[in-house]
Amino acid sequence: MLDLEGYGYGIIVEGAGVTLFVALSSLFIAVLLGMTAALAKLSNSPTAQAIAGIYTTVIRGVPDLVLMLLIFFGGQIFINNLPDNLLELLLYIGEKTDQGDALKISMAPYLDWGYIDVNPMIAGILTIGFIFGAYMGETFRGAILAVDRGMLEAGTAYGMSKIQITRRILIPQMMRHALPGFGNNWLVLMKATALVSIIGLSDMVRRAGLAAGATREPFKYYLVVALVFLFFTTLSIWFLKWAERRYSVGVRRMS
Amino acid sequence: MDFSVIINELPLYFEGLLLTAQLVPFSLILGFLAAIPVAIMRLSRNPLVNYPAFAFTYFFRGTPLLVQLFLLYAGVGQLDGYSELTKEFDFLKGAYFFALLAFFLNTTAYTAEIFRGAMAETPFGEIEAAKACGMSKWMILRRITIPSALRRALPAYSNEVIFMLHGSALASTITLVDLTGAARIVQSRYYAPFEAFITAGVFYFVLTFLLVWAFRLVEKHFNKHLNRREETIIEVVT
Repeated sequence: MLDLEGYGYGIIVEGAGVTLFVALSSLFIAVLLGMTAALAKLSNSPTAQAIAGIYTTVIRGVPDLVLMLLIFFGGQIFINNLPDNLLELLLYIGEKTDQGDALKISMAPYLDWGYIDVNPMIAGILTIGFIFGAYMGETFRGAILAVDRGMLEAGTAYGMSKIQITRRILIPQMMRHALPGFGNNWLVLMKATALVSIIGLSDMVRRAGLAAGATREPFKYYLVVALVFLFFTTLSIWFLKWAERRYSVGVRRMS
Repeated sequence: MDFSVIINELPLYFEGLLLTAQLVPFSLILGFLAAIPVAIMRLSRNPLVNYPAFAFTYFFRGTPLLVQLFLLYAGVGQLDGYSELTKEFDFLKGAYFFALLAFFLNTTAYTAEIFRGAMAETPFGEIEAAKACGMSKWMILRRITIPSALRRALPAYSNEVIFMLHGSALASTITLVDLTGAARIVQSRYYAPFEAFITAGVFYFVLTFLLVWAFRLVEKHFNKHLNRREETIIEVVT
């Protein structure tokens, strides 16, 4: 094994924990957003379709690093300017409805939350979740369209409600079609978590960078980080293969 | 939004655009050329040929581009003998070379995997016909497998090109001033994240859509034979 000198493997293990935590949390957000975006795109409401369309197009047209920097630095300013902007809005509403500044004064205590420092962990998780929600949305949309219409109709014929059909038929059936795309998105997402090191979160890459700077042995430390990522990738691929088999049970195939 | 910041700093953004517009096409062209032999190696049944290619693509597809970039930029520069080499070859010095190298290796790995998939799917009849015509192995590869695989790989390859454009934003992490680097300079000068990063985002967005549009044209040109013919209307006489 490589000798990591005074730092030992502890920094890598702790950093890998942060990386995994960020990856899984943002995956959770991405799946929620992706499902919402997919259902919105397939809904009958033109507004929902337009919002989901803009979301998936804009996010996929801009690099993740740029979005992350925008949300990290911009989010800081946005949150701290929010009370002032809201109060101004309340004053405006008050004047329009002839209440003067009564509304503004009554709400002011609730909006005084002082200076907030945006946590790089939260910014990282939200950004990655937000970005991959767009990719997941496209995957889920395709998967929903691939489900046999007849199955959903059969659900209606049995008198199931829309929610029951979604939960009992649509989601289990679309899993099989969504899994390959979902797996790809997960692999890309996991690698994208390396970007949180740029906004100052102590993930594996950043810790390795600090150790590399102190020991002047960057090659060694970054190589270990690369190998850990490779390990996660391999593990994910195995798991995805297993899941694909599991969800394809009962599908007829040419032998 | 304070538009005066953006207008004042437009020259900086265009400088960044120039660098992005160098790094991306250079690494893509080199990567495209290198990917074809790697894909052919991946299809070989000889493990001595197949395994090195497999290890290469597995490593570069399984690790983040950011780590590859740091590994090369910080890591290789530190290795013994490298500084000796830079004395002989000046261009090896500096971040530009390493960014290009990392992007090139990364896109080669992804592109090779795309081409391998497309080559493996070559219809058996086409190869059989070529064999029947008496073509040699290399001739079949050159005349049949590669041209038809490249055409089929176009849609997946256009995705890879867009990923490369977006990945090139990472060049800003090793001190290069590309589009993202320009935005980071603007952000640090004015503390105006919205102006700085949205401007860069708009540039990338436009570039992405130009690429999507260009690939649609290329696909239309090369894959004409794959388009469905207009259906003939059969009138049913009753």
